[in-house]
Amino acid sequence: MNKYLLPLIAVVILIPILILGLRSDPRELPSQYIGKPAPEFDLPTLKDPEKRVSTANLRGEVSLVNIWATWCAGCRAEHDFLMQLNREQVIPIYAINWRDNRPGALDWLAQLGDPYVASGFDEDGRVGIDWGVYGAPETFLVNAEGYVLFRYPGPLNRAVWDHEFAPRIAELKK
Amino acid sequence: MIPEIGHFALILALSLAVCQSVLPMIGAQRNDAALMSIARTAAYGQFLFVAISFACLTWAFAHDDFSVLYVANHSQLSLPAGYKISAVWSAHEGSLLMWILILAAWTMAVARFTSEVPDILRSRVIGVLGFLSVGFLLFALLTSNPFERLIPAALDGADLNPLLQDPGLAIHPPLLYIGYVGFSVAFAFAIAAMIGGDLDQNWARWTRPWTVVAWLFLTLGIALGSWWAYYELGWGGWWFWDAVENASFMPWLIGTALIHSLAVTERRGLFKSWTLLLSISAFSLSLLGTFLVRSGIIVSVHAFATDPTRGFFILGFLGVVVIGALALYAWRAPSLDSNVGFSLLSRETFLLLNNVLLVVATILVLMGTLAPLVVEMLNGGKISIGPPWFEVAFMVPMIPLVLLLGLGMHTAWRKQSKDPWIRLLRTPVIVAVIIGIVLPLMFYGRVSLLLVVGCAAAAWIVISSLIQPIRSWRRKQGATAITRSALGMSIAHLGMGLFVIGVTIVSAFGVESDRAMRPGETLEVAGFAFELREVRDVQGPNYTAIEGVVEVRRDGEFIAMVRPQKRQYLVQKNWMTEAGIHPTWNKDLFIALGDQLGNDTWSVRIQYKPMISFIWIGCFIMALGGLVTVSDRRYRKSAS
Repeated sequence: MNKYLLPLIAVVILIPILILGLRSDPRELPSQYIGKPAPEFDLPTLKDPEKRVSTANLRGEVSLVNIWATWCAGCRAEHDFLMQLNREQVIPIYAINWRDNRPGALDWLAQLGDPYVASGFDEDGRVGIDWGVYGAPETFLVNAEGYVLFRYPGPLNRAVWDHEFAPRIAELKK
Repeated sequence: MIPEIGHFALILALSLAVCQSVLPMIGAQRNDAALMSIARTAAYGQFLFVAISFACLTWAFAHDDFSVLYVANHSQLSLPAGYKISAVWSAHEGSLLMWILILAAWTMAVARFTSEVPDILRSRVIGVLGFLSVGFLLFALLTSNPFERLIPAALDGADLNPLLQDPGLAIHPPLLYIGYVGFSVAFAFAIAAMIGGDLDQNWARWTRPWTVVAWLFLTLGIALGSWWAYYELGWGGWWFWDAVENASFMPWLIGTALIHSLAVTERRGLFKSWTLLLSISAFSLSLLGTFLVRSGIIVSVHAFATDPTRGFFILGFLGVVVIGALALYAWRAPSLDSNVGFSLLSRETFLLLNNVLLVVATILVLMGTLAPLVVEMLNGGKISIGPPWFEVAFMVPMIPLVLLLGLGMHTAWRKQSKDPWIRLLRTPVIVAVIIGIVLPLMFYGRVSLLLVVGCAAAAWIVISSLIQPIRSWRRKQGATAITRSALGMSIAHLGMGLFVIGVTIVSAFGVESDRAMRPGETLEVAGFAFELREVRDVQGPNYTAIEGVVEVRRDGEFIAMVRPQKRQYLVQKNWMTEAGIHPTWNKDLFIALGDQLGNDTWSVRIQYKPMISFIWIGCFIMALGGLVTVSDRRYRKSAS
């Protein structure tokens, strides 16, 4: 085959990928999850591999599920705010420690503080894929029946909280 | 009124750009001097109207005209005057307008400084640039008009994103864009040569300075962006492999390959198809970068627009430009390529390896950036590739590249005889390896394989780039002096060496520590004692801040007083970290103030960053090398 044609062929293959990429807005949760039960998971906890945390833990109370990893700079940015939420006892925060290594993640929590009720350790990223995680950090709002109500990709802070989460939680508590 | 003038000027610029893209092309085809002479006039006129439009938008910002939607969204009354100006390009519409302005400026420069270039080639180059202007002007006018009104006008604006309120970020986008857009000139030269079916060594001599200037601005822009992320985001990292960073890094890698490939085409008339392909790729990747950032298909800390129409427009334009250019390449490049032989041990071989390795590096970065999209298509899951993958993958082509660099510089064109080559390089190689082992041991007391490779490679580049300038400086009377372009190459490579030292040392010996501290407490990090003296409130022009006062001592001796802040901007209410940094030439002490953990207790992040300044100094010296290269006599001749 003509070697001068190769770049053209490569690009012709690449462009449909970009078009498909455009069709999905990463700021929205793929519709199949919203208002549906949270995707099932059952993971060993970060602190103790013998213990487990699963979708069952999410039932009974409105909670957050936060996806984080030590390699993720945005997670570091939001960590202080998560600590604040935890201190104010606003809502229980569960975590999925995603595609990370255990000693590093434990070290992180020891140094920066641990705002989580429990962290599931999702080493191979399987649960992240089930949840449709696009990139860390991401935070899901789950209601008392274990249904996903809202997903926010990107670091949390006070402004995001007041805008996106607080009104939704207030709605639930009515 | 003024915003309407700006809008109207933009429409006039579009009409001129259409003339600029069509008429000179027809003129060049028919060899019609009158039509070709339109190229210059249209280019000047287009620049004038784009500049008027840009000035109008700047005026609206400077005068707080909150009846303009874009101004109301991105400025605010109490914003310091300097930031009102830089707010012009703080978001999508304005930065697009700046992109257009810079493209028009490059076009004008091409029109002005190419008197040596034949009329036909120049007309085609300006015509291609005009086509690009048409695309971007349409993009602005149809999807992202910066002059859209807000009625009724807002009383006050929503403020500039506090992250962007920083001198580094005020000048980072212009530099980056000058680089990005500058590659359009090499692109236009490549297209023009392929249309004309004629590509000789003169063509490379005309194209090269434009490419080097674009590359040096891109280098500065990326370095500045990385420096900004380092001190403003408060994490202490300098590169995050974020999609937007990658978007600027890929054109840089290809641009670097292009500069080297052009050198071969200029000196030896070889690698023509490489040079053409790299010219097309460098600019296409700049466009892809714009697409990735603007369309929001990849969300990152930087992305500020998520609007599918914009994405479709850019993608459509990207498709037309890239597919058109590559189809032309597939058709014309085979007849342009020339086959002159060169032996295995020759500079040509090393430059070929350089091209291949840089292209491989670019493909790896591209794969890492697009992989999330591809996986999503295959199984519907969404994934993200983290820095660990990039760090490992990127090493694979980079280590050989860095090692071969020093060899290539001292190899003759065409054919290098072996013995003198080995005699010349034997000592530097041995010295470099010794330095690679001794340097980390002596200063930091620890050594590992990767460290030795990094330090030895850096020492090797530094030494080998100094050989030629030193020889030239000590030469006997009458011997030929080093040319500016060879000197520029040595300087740029020296910069690369310093960069490698910085990266190696800081990633091996950097120390990070996050602690809760009370005023009066002292924390020991990397041999330095950090005492948090007090935490107090400070008032800024449009923010209030909490400032930690940290005294740094070493062995009891006072070193510095560092004042990290946490700022809350009054309008948007965001908290921003303003790290306190005590920089010296061989280390940075980096302190960021975190959250208040309890009564009088603060989380404090302290980092010791040895040699980190070398990363940016290295980039700066690389850019300086580019500047020295373009000042070479043979390019100045073509400029005047």
